[in-house]
Amino acid sequence: MSAAGPLLAVEDLRVSFSTEDGTVHAVDGISYELAQGATLGIVGESGSGKSVSSLTTMGLTRAQGADISGRILFGGRDLLSLPESDMRAIRGNDIAMIFQDPLSSLHPFFKIGAQLIEAVRAHRDVSEASARSRAVELLGLVGISDPRRRVEEFPHEFSGGMRQRVMIAMALANEPKLLIADEPTTALDVTVQAQILALLERLQGELGMAIVFITHDLGVVAEMADRIAVMYAGRIVEMASAELIFSAPQHPYTWGLLRSIPTLAGPREQELAPIPGSPPSLIKRPSGCHFHPRCAYSQPEHAVIDPPLEPVSLKDDHQVACLLSAEERQQIWSELEASQGPRPAPTVPQGAGE
Amino acid sequence: MTRYIIRRLLWGALMLPLVSALTFVLFRILPTGEPARLRAGNKASPTVIAELRVDLGLNRSLIEQFWLYMKGIFLHFNLGFSYYSDASVKSLIFDRLPPTISLVAGAALIWVVSGVAVGIISAVRGRSKLDRASMGTALVLISAPEYWLGLIALYLFAADIGQVKVFPGAGSYTGLTSDPWQWFTSLILPWLVLAATNAAIYARLLRGSLIEVMGEDYIRTARAKGLSERRVILRHGLRSAVNPVLTILGLDIGVLLGGAVLVETVFDIPGIGRLNYDAITHSNFPIVQGTVLAAALFIIVANILVDIAYAYLDPRVRFS
Repeated sequence: MSAAGPLLAVEDLRVSFSTEDGTVHAVDGISYELAQGATLGIVGESGSGKSVSSLTTMGLTRAQGADISGRILFGGRDLLSLPESDMRAIRGNDIAMIFQDPLSSLHPFFKIGAQLIEAVRAHRDVSEASARSRAVELLGLVGISDPRRRVEEFPHEFSGGMRQRVMIAMALANEPKLLIADEPTTALDVTVQAQILALLERLQGELGMAIVFITHDLGVVAEMADRIAVMYAGRIVEMASAELIFSAPQHPYTWGLLRSIPTLAGPREQELAPIPGSPPSLIKRPSGCHFHPRCAYSQPEHAVIDPPLEPVSLKDDHQVACLLSAEERQQIWSELEASQGPRPAPTVPQGAGE
Repeated sequence: MTRYIIRRLLWGALMLPLVSALTFVLFRILPTGEPARLRAGNKASPTVIAELRVDLGLNRSLIEQFWLYMKGIFLHFNLGFSYYSDASVKSLIFDRLPPTISLVAGAALIWVVSGVAVGIISAVRGRSKLDRASMGTALVLISAPEYWLGLIALYLFAADIGQVKVFPGAGSYTGLTSDPWQWFTSLILPWLVLAATNAAIYARLLRGSLIEVMGEDYIRTARAKGLSERRVILRHGLRSAVNPVLTILGLDIGVLLGGAVLVETVFDIPGIGRLNYDAITHSNFPIVQGTVLAAALFIIVANILVDIAYAYLDPRVRFS
């Protein structure tokens, strides 16, 4: 792997599924890069294609008869052109993934230890005994106390947060270069969410892996992500550093996401502003800008012209797909901010128990 | 775990007297033939019949009869005697047990192996031509009555009446100890006929169960670990999908040990089903009663074994 290039480069990825109702365009031409050890937040509503793009990176949409095009370069190799056997050697080894629902993501019939050992031995030719001691070590690493005893327990003897820690331990079994976290805190209590986020940050610091963090909640990735990509209807509609997404967001959809996060700083009577309407069907997408039916600032021609993802300005690495002019966006956002008072980047409760 | 097993055993011990009492009610209280008259034959005089009623204990009150009956079963393991031959029902059942066990065990082996194999292939290759073909065949086999399949098998392959004389036909059963080869060949057709319907049911059951399990989140986790698809299916998928199959297997074997009546009759195998069939046609109630009790015992024991196997397979059962 060349040290200079990005760890992961997704180029014009398109994933669609043929169904009885028509073709579902789950991912529609997305591109992004991720450097080693960096964190990318992918944010969007359900059905925006964020999970499908990551499952495709893992090679897990192939078997579902997905129609895939574009390139996913991982360390310079195009994962989409790899045979299944090579892809399997990467899955769980160089690229690992954790999922939304820790309660259903572990096999209910196997002991935690056995599931961890299996993850180790899928890629390492080591003895049962050394894989077991690695399993104990991994449980300790993710902050589970008394790991020697707990490897002998079954998933149903663990709480939701503890099971997510086990999932993280399993993902880290072979020290992956890239961890894909697909809504890893969504199913958990708020305090447990904070613990899991703190754990992921700590582990990233210790192990130096890159993270793709998928969430529907901008607040969750505010602290962790270096860059944030906002997805809508299978496309990236805005991408920038985390600071810029919060300080100078450009896309009306991003504004909507930001304004629907509650803050502790604002006045109590301040109401959250939900985004009207619901995510579009990925089979029959709206014409022109896919967001125009829900956009408060849409003009008649926005129903016709499909905006490309373009740099906002020359100096910042900030891209947006919006038909409004830069001046219009600037003005609308400052008015929105003024009407609501200052909106600091939302913070998540810090590291209880970590 | 031990407590769980003890609880299951106690439950079984409670079921047995209940079933015994129920068979008593069925055969003594509900209107049936007059046992003494059956025993005495067509031209017996009323005096002979009256004497026989005393001999058989039929002149006592129902409560008294019930008490003697239950005492016989549970204290002396005495199931009564055949009206016709005076042979003890217990020994008749024990004599007929080996053929039935031979038939059921061999057929079960065939239907489990083939049903599970076809079920897995159909689930993995869902909606393929292979899947559709095997599920179509399964539907035909499930719909075909066993006696019809048996007669067709004899018509086609039996050594005496068959079109292609390959396998020994009806009535050729020999004990395993007296002639192992003859035992084996005589059971091939009955095994296949008994297995056919069940294999089809098991294949469909496992297919449905496995397709459902393969959509679970923990299967995605297994794939994300980088396991081979083979290991994902056989270790992670099958482990969960096999539970409903196990349940029905326990019950099927329990029921069939109580007598595979149709297959034993068509192939003239001297098993419990055949014994029961003959007893019913001759109103030989002690034998019917005995076979019903034996069948109930098998089903209860099979149920307990299934429950215990469940606890081994699913850790969540052990703790609840």
